[in-house]
Amino acid sequence: MADVVLKTDALNKSFGALQASRDVSLDLRPGEIHALIGPNGAGKSTLIKQIAGNLTPDSGTVELLGREVTALDTVARARMGLGRTFQISALAMEYTVLQNAVLGALGGRGRVFHFFRNVMKDPELLERARDALERVGLTDDANRRTADLSHGQRRQLEVAVALTLKPRLFLMDEPMAGLGTAGSKALTGFLDGLRQEAPILLVEHDMDAVFALADRISVLVYGQIIATGTADEIRANAEVRRAYLGEEDAA
Amino acid sequence: MMLTRESLLNWAMIAALLIVPVAAWSLDEPFIITLATKAAILALAGVGLNIALGLGGLISLGHAAFFGIGGYAMGILAAHAQNYEPLFEWPFLFEGSNQMPLIWLVAVVFSALAALVIGALSLRTSGVYFIMITLAFGQMLYYFAISWSAYGGEDGLSIWVRNEFPGLNTLDPIQFFAIAYVILCLALAFAARLARSPFGLALAAARQNEDRVQAVGLTPFTLRLTAFVISGAITGLAGALFADLNRFVSPTMLSWHTSGEIMIFVILGGVGRLYGPVAGTALYILLEHLLGGISDYWQIFLGVLLLLIVLFARGGLIGALAGREKAHG
Ligand SMILES: Nc1ncnc2c1ncn2[C@@H]1O[C@H](COP(=O)(O)OP(=O)(O)O)[C@@H](O)[C@H]1O
Ligand SMILES: [Mg+2]
Repeated sequence: MADVVLKTDALNKSFGALQASRDVSLDLRPGEIHALIGPNGAGKSTLIKQIAGNLTPDSGTVELLGREVTALDTVARARMGLGRTFQISALAMEYTVLQNAVLGALGGRGRVFHFFRNVMKDPELLERARDALERVGLTDDANRRTADLSHGQRRQLEVAVALTLKPRLFLMDEPMAGLGTAGSKALTGFLDGLRQEAPILLVEHDMDAVFALADRISVLVYGQIIATGTADEIRANAEVRRAYLGEEDAA
Repeated sequence: MMLTRESLLNWAMIAALLIVPVAAWSLDEPFIITLATKAAILALAGVGLNIALGLGGLISLGHAAFFGIGGYAMGILAAHAQNYEPLFEWPFLFEGSNQMPLIWLVAVVFSALAALVIGALSLRTSGVYFIMITLAFGQMLYYFAISWSAYGGEDGLSIWVRNEFPGLNTLDPIQFFAIAYVILCLALAFAARLARSPFGLALAAARQNEDRVQAVGLTPFTLRLTAFVISGAITGLAGALFADLNRFVSPTMLSWHTSGEIMIFVILGGVGRLYGPVAGTALYILLEHLLGGISDYWQIFLGVLLLLIVLFARGGLIGALAGREKAHG
């Protein structure tokens, strides 16, 4: 088993004249939460998309569980064990909460080409789905239509669907956005334990959450990682303060 | 089982489709039986399309291709049988057939193969491009049939005697109706199971959110292609029955008008509603029959109705009568 779960090596990605990733190299180790912070437009989501396989880098490589996956698509990477939550919720809106979770469980288990049995009566899938919903606190909402959920509940469901995959690592793009203080706190507590199951690459704006959770933090500015280190190292880093944290203090 | 308004409505429709021709039979009104048979067969074509359109969100304007292939499967097999001209002599002597089960099998296999090829090529696109490519494939087959003089070209193929089904007299309208009706019911039962199956869950999810489906490790393309093949096969079976009903097949079955009509059945009844094609086809045939008698321009009324449904009643007739769809489960 590789000693890093995920590794990017010198990723570059440009949109026309705009360079959204510049030589981005980072890794994710077993058992850790690695937070990725940076101002809006720094290129965090662009990086996540290259790791998940939605965007092909102009140059550089992505390695997952010791295997180079740069040429593999999203589906192949998901099957290898990459569990992802989207910055903008990507859920089947007409489905119930439970159906979305069962969809995840089905993807995680496989055997989708069955045409006769009732998927919502499959005990294995239901257990996996209900278990995930319970862990994010959506049990009572299981039979609601996803379109009727609040914004925060959709964020929770995103996390639940990722859980149903039983992934080897999580990629989470701003899971706390719009959750409110109580919701953020609850999710922070949950992610804190989750890292034991699988490490998390966490893009997050909520600085309290980041400093409370992260084993390591990387700071992305204009597509470039300007520092990687522990919470204390990042707080003390002069360049980071100038480029990023300083801006917030001033604001 | 809980009876929702929609399932009550579904039962009522499927019962009406049985009661009307049986009543017509006892009153000796064969024309009405033929209308009901036509409704059942066209509804079957719609059930096929609805798997691609309603469940998969694939707006195919090329389903006439499968309907027509089914029709020509019947026409070609039966024409060889009635003319005693072998269809091929190698690897074994085959003289065509007037047996419905074999004709249906050939219709299903060939329309499924066509759907596999057309789907594999057109599902690489989406949106308007997908509509245009399926339309183009349909038209390609249409023009091919027109120029295929061995099988009647523009004039099509006439079959003198309706094909046979073991144990039944298919020339008796009510018995032929029974065949079409039973197949429709089987197809509806299949479509209902499909919608609730693991495959159906993933397919309809791909319609709602492609990113989500990929993120859980499923490939939308494969799901859609499978749905397209199943959909084409059912519509192809309907084509074989339709040709048998008319004892005639012509390139018209392959034209884009036919694709449009099948789509209209589905939209009138309600896209993605299991019994939508039944409701839509029944309504269409009623309108054609009632308004067609009053005015040759009855399709203008149909156009207005369609417009109203698209604008105000997205669930079609079933949506208007039974309300919003309950997420299946
Ligand atoms: N598909 C795209 N085409 C063009 N520009 C893009 C695209 N995606 C992102 N960008 C640009 O790249 C930069 C980084 O965006 P993003 O990765 O979403 O930032 P972050 O997630 O850090 O807020 C932004 O300036 C954004 O406008
Ligand atoms: Mg972002």
